[in-house]
Amino acid sequence: MQAKVKAKGSAQPLVVSANRLRDGRVVWLAADGGWVEHLHGAVVYLGEEVDAGLAAGEADEQRQLVVGAYAVEVVETPGGMVPLRMRERVRVDGPSVLPVAAE
Amino acid sequence: MDTIERHAPASASMYKGAGIYRYDDFDREFLRERVAEFRAQVARRLAGELTEDEFKPLRLMNGLYLQLHAYMLRCAIPYGVMSADQLRQFAHVARTFDRGYGHFTTRQNIQFNWIALEDAPDAIAALAEADLHAIQTSGNCIRNVTTDEFAGAAADETVDPRVYAEIIRQWSTLHPEFSFLPRKFKIAITGAPGDRAALQIHDIGLTAKRDAQGRIGFEVWVGGGLGRTPILGFRIRDWVPEDALIAYLEAILRTYNALGGRENIHKARIKILVRDVGQARFAELVEQEFATLPREKFRLDPAIVAAIEAHFTPPPFAAVPDAAAALAGAVAADAEFAAWVGRNTHAHREPGYICAVISLKPIGGVPGDCTAAQMDAIANLAEQFSFGEIRVSHVQNLVLPHVRQDRLHALWQALRPLGLATANVGLLSDIIACPGLDYCSLASARAIPVAQRIAERFADLRTQHDIGTVFINISGCINACAHHHVGHIGILGVDKKGEEFYQITLGGSASNDAALGDIVGPAYAYDDVVDAVETILRTYLAVRSPGEAFIETYRRTGLAPFREALHAAA
Amino acid sequence: MPLLDGGHVVEDPWVLVPDDAPFPADAPALVTLKRLPEARRPGRRLGVLLGPASRAEDVAAALPDLSLIAVEFPKFRDGRGFSLARTLRERHGFTGEIRAVGHILPDQYRFLLRCGVSTVALPEGADPAPWQAALGRFGVAYQPAAAEEAPLDHLRRRLAAP
Repeated sequence: MQAKVKAKGSAQPLVVSANRLRDGRVVWLAADGGWVEHLHGAVVYLGEEVDAGLAAGEADEQRQLVVGAYAVEVVETPGGMVPLRMRERVRVDGPSVLPVAAE
Repeated sequence: MDTIERHAPASASMYKGAGIYRYDDFDREFLRERVAEFRAQVARRLAGELTEDEFKPLRLMNGLYLQLHAYMLRCAIPYGVMSADQLRQFAHVARTFDRGYGHFTTRQNIQFNWIALEDAPDAIAALAEADLHAIQTSGNCIRNVTTDEFAGAAADETVDPRVYAEIIRQWSTLHPEFSFLPRKFKIAITGAPGDRAALQIHDIGLTAKRDAQGRIGFEVWVGGGLGRTPILGFRIRDWVPEDALIAYLEAILRTYNALGGRENIHKARIKILVRDVGQARFAELVEQEFATLPREKFRLDPAIVAAIEAHFTPPPFAAVPDAAAALAGAVAADAEFAAWVGRNTHAHREPGYICAVISLKPIGGVPGDCTAAQMDAIANLAEQFSFGEIRVSHVQNLVLPHVRQDRLHALWQALRPLGLATANVGLLSDIIACPGLDYCSLASARAIPVAQRIAERFADLRTQHDIGTVFINISGCINACAHHHVGHIGILGVDKKGEEFYQITLGGSASNDAALGDIVGPAYAYDDVVDAVETILRTYLAVRSPGEAFIETYRRTGLAPFREALHAAA
Repeated sequence: MPLLDGGHVVEDPWVLVPDDAPFPADAPALVTLKRLPEARRPGRRLGVLLGPASRAEDVAAALPDLSLIAVEFPKFRDGRGFSLARTLRERHGFTGEIRAVGHILPDQYRFLLRCGVSTVALPEGADPAPWQAALGRFGVAYQPAAAEEAPLDHLRRRLAAP
């Protein structure tokens, strides 16, 4: 399963992501310690630095702010930062399909 | 201490529009209690009194998942039966708490993809207003019981399975002993010789039947399931008398609850227990438990059955001697209508009536998705044409079960502008697909866009009709929510280093001739999987004998011609 | 540890006897299954602690000597204890105290009682309020259970007040 591949220890740059507890929306950890709804606002970690982000995520789970914080591998592209894995790209972009005749 | 609730049998004159189990004050009181409990649980979670680990099983037993983008609420449609008012309430929930649509599933449920945790208690309270709920649509408990979508209408039916599905629904609701099982538990029931409920891939499958004296009893299958270890169920008993049904189910469940695996989530389903101890030994354990249960306590009294049966009296059918001739005339006059009738109907037991299937698989659409506007429109049509009854099929379509044959053409004409008249039931575009990686946090790959691209590749319905019946099932991960193992063509999404690949199986079946598919070829990249499906279908067209359906050809030829063609095309 | 009985915290007279400790002279003794044979003695109030994998058959022969059976829930998700309690009541007719110990949620309280559990051992300092709330939550049930004598002459019925 693709679910939450362990990205810690990856050579790729990393961001920390989670779902917000109260509404489930996808969020990323920002430099100011808050959670933002856009990947481009996320703080990027290299190597072991991510431990600090994961610790912040865990602390915010204890404070009922987010659920299931984990590290996500990203790559820099000319268009900006994108996740390495398909699963995380879908979390950034939303479903790739629209419902029939969306109202 | 207990109060007996009895129901007056419904007569035709008091028929209120749907052969569904109608709630009384008693059932509504229970639902209110359940909503209040869930509201308190959500409040405790938001306040930090429950950890996520503790809250998760509680929210799951109210159908609330945390998916990729939001919470997902899976609402029960008990045994796939609902009234027009209930469908309208789903439309209301879709508009008020979601993004204006819902997704019908293979387990005859409906899912909303964009629910906020804070709104979930209100959404569930709104469902309760229409006697709807999300109880036990997830979690390690007895799930929503499923049945034949033509129950109570099909010409080949011997026993109405809705009566027993409702009894099982009630018995399993907040069952004190079986709410923390090793793993989820799915029961399906049919009352017809033709299996339209995929019995053998369920934890328990029941066939209601009659003996020579006309008494009702059940053939019991147990230990089926798909997922990463697909196993077909085995017949543990040929006959359980009606009054012992609950006792026998208790015996199976208790054996499983005590002995099922709890260490490894992948080895916790009853199928693994049956495999590990052996079918004969498992049957022996169940019989021992059955023999020592206080049988009188669990005896299913005929009076209970009669009381439940009273909810499912037939609607007031009219005698319409000219209906069949009128339908034949309309079919003869309109080829497009004829094609729809040929695929999207099923024989009804009542002369002059027919079951109509509303395909939720428009070419290029999302299989099983339905907008709030469509739900409202279908609810209206159900009232006009089908005594207010709607069914959900396990292949993610809707059914109007009781349509007068002389009004079928008018129904079809009403469905067309709604985009709900695709004449493709059982054809290759009638694809079962799970939400996949577009929504699901467990998924490895997307399923919906693969289904859309296959349907678009064969967008010409004439080609589809020429290919004929073929079931394509696409699961976005090994959990197999789209039952890919039992698709004639099964497609399984897998993850290879963060990218989507698809493994194809051939020859599966979920009917009376249940079989698990065989893997053909390597896994295909997202961009190649539709070509592979086309190669398989073209191979079938090339090698089929006259009149031979896809599955029949496959059973005759085996994998070889398909494997060779895929290899040559690679 | 606080003991919950009928929604109220009560004094727990039982002493859990570790496997390497002597039996108490005058207090009721709760022992493990392993020590049960040597602990059986006329006049002694005796209880046994059953692990989650235990079956009712493991203690069936000793039931006449037992006043208490403590059933362990290692994790609230592990529901084997529900079947164990119910089997002790329904099949073996055990009438003594059945106590649930371990990790249990208030949300499970009513289920436990309906399966024949009498008391619940709470962690030190636990608030009994959510347990009392859970007790009053549902007045309705849809199936027969161990703690209720009524036969299945109707699926849906009101539960007796706790």
